[in-house]
Amino acid sequence: MTLETWLVFSAALFCVGLCGALIRRNAIIVLLSIELMLNAANLNFIIFWRYGVNADAASGVMMVIFSIGIAAAEAAVGLALVIAVYRHFKTVNLDRIDSMKG
Amino acid sequence: MDAPFLIAAVLTLLSAIAAISLRNVVHCALCLTLTFLGLATLYLQLGAQFVGLTQIVVNVGAVAIVIVFAILLTRSSDNPGESRFNKGAIWAGLICAAVFATLVVAINTSYVSMKSGAPAPPLTVEKIGHELMGRYVLPLEAIALLLTAALIGAVIIAMKESNEKGGGQ
Amino acid sequence: MQQLDQIFVTLKAWALGHVPEPLQVPASIVMSIAPIMLVFPGIFALTTVAERKLLGRIQNRLGPNRVGPFGFLQWAADGLKTITKEDVVPRNADKVVHFLAPVVLLVSALLAYSVIPFGRNMYAIDIDAGILFFFAVGAGTELAVFMAGWSSRNKYALLGAMRAIAQMISYELPLLLAALAVVMATGSLNPNDMVAAQEGGRGWGAIVPNWFVFTPWGFVGCILFLIAAAAESNRSPFDLPEAESEIIAGYFVEYSGMKFATFFLAEYLGLFVISSMCVVLFLGGWHAPFPFFWCDWIPSWAWFLSKLACIVLLYIWMRGTLPRLRIDQLMNFAWKFMLPMALINLVVVAVWKYTRPWDYFGAELVRWLLCVGLLALPYLLLGRNLLSNRKWGPRTYRYAS
Repeated sequence: MTLETWLVFSAALFCVGLCGALIRRNAIIVLLSIELMLNAANLNFIIFWRYGVNADAASGVMMVIFSIGIAAAEAAVGLALVIAVYRHFKTVNLDRIDSMKG
Repeated sequence: MDAPFLIAAVLTLLSAIAAISLRNVVHCALCLTLTFLGLATLYLQLGAQFVGLTQIVVNVGAVAIVIVFAILLTRSSDNPGESRFNKGAIWAGLICAAVFATLVVAINTSYVSMKSGAPAPPLTVEKIGHELMGRYVLPLEAIALLLTAALIGAVIIAMKESNEKGGGQ
Repeated sequence: MQQLDQIFVTLKAWALGHVPEPLQVPASIVMSIAPIMLVFPGIFALTTVAERKLLGRIQNRLGPNRVGPFGFLQWAADGLKTITKEDVVPRNADKVVHFLAPVVLLVSALLAYSVIPFGRNMYAIDIDAGILFFFAVGAGTELAVFMAGWSSRNKYALLGAMRAIAQMISYELPLLLAALAVVMATGSLNPNDMVAAQEGGRGWGAIVPNWFVFTPWGFVGCILFLIAAAAESNRSPFDLPEAESEIIAGYFVEYSGMKFATFFLAEYLGLFVISSMCVVLFLGGWHAPFPFFWCDWIPSWAWFLSKLACIVLLYIWMRGTLPRLRIDQLMNFAWKFMLPMALINLVVVAVWKYTRPWDYFGAELVRWLLCVGLLALPYLLLGRNLLSNRKWGPRTYRYAS
């Protein structure tokens, strides 16, 4: 079990999230993919905390704790925005949400 | 490539791919939950106990539920013949493959040395508490403010307007 | 009496000695899990009968009394009935999710048993962050409820599921904060440390046990925990999402036969595990209450099970006595009363720990008065505030003419 294997896995997860954010039409799935990308980055932090050069014993874990909190806050606000947009446009299809004048 | 990592990694990756590509949106959300659970087991394998359990409490117990509620509140009746992918999906897929290839090349050719076979640094919850109240007290207060602002903001944004039907949400 | 106390531990060690070397770890795991999976469904079976009989007595009637002596084999009859019932799945239902929902609920409920110490040295695993693990797997129950409600493709099931999830999320906060008070008092997230901190007694001859429920913040915390636990397991008076007369059993409505029995089992197992956690956190775990000699003759797991039985009886009593709460009453109660009380409870724990080194004459009395006052004042103010918002007028009667 090498550092490179773990890092390649977390890069794969990040790219799956990136793919989802670029491909899908549904705004909620885009937010979901963003959450996936955030989690892949968190995994990267923990991998380096465990296997990398270890100057400080806790900073990797602390970064991830704050990152999980921020990801949750961002998901809540993003989904509230999606709900507000839905109320106006009556759809969450990103191709239809294309006019600024409300 | 030991068995626990392989099982958890394959499960996580497959459910992540399912989460972005299934047709039914609620199935996507449930696959995301499975991805989070797989990630939590990976954190536990890496020895980060507190983070793995926090991941389950916050991500599975809260974020997935918020996503599911948002899906239920925004059920739109798009014509089902429409594809769920964008028009430029092929190009997006190629770009993501290129990004992945770049990352893999960068990982394999970089000069990062791994601590050979060292055990996980002993990090008890007490130490995390000390760090949170000692060195990281400013980020702690900042994230408290951020969460409060995000919550109030989310409630206000998603609330029904009071001139529509004469009542708040 | 040490042998009786540790009888299960020695049995397991003896059996492990007979297992060949490479199979030691899996055998140890199976031997830790098997008693939990045998004992608690057994307790569930007895509780269903006891509940029906006790509810019957509260309502001035006999409970089931046909099957077996005084009706105590009713669980066997119920079990046979549910196993042989036809499993009806609606045609439009989402088959995979419909099947997985009871499984996820049962798995979450059973996983939580692994961190609870049932007796001296009797726990399945010893995680450093045991309480966090317990609440993490509690989050799985909410997901299972949603899966059940949504996959049935039934609007009442979905409505019931959304209400149930809203209720569970709202009450999870006071539950966590009440448990957090104990975490603050003991300084550890490990349930074994919490049980160890409640050992012994104080007062004349150690007559008052050192349990946290006998401190001001522990008393309030225990009550908050018990109320929030009743709401978490959708138990009356918080069973609006699943009551038969309200929303035709809510998210259960499209389930029949063995799947319904699995839901039922998982709900009761969830109730038992949360009650066990209350025993561990507030009621001293497996410690005996008094230091008399005969208390040592009763093994530690027997003390634990009797405390658990007391709490389950308390829940049955609550079910038979209190009327059901409406959904808006539930949510108001959670957010406007229980959450502030839980936060004030945390402050009182801090005050209690801070004033512990006081040792002048009468310090103990001052400490108690301070903490009780800090808790009673918000209780009265919040209660008055909540009651004054009710838009109740004098009751009017309308009769048919």
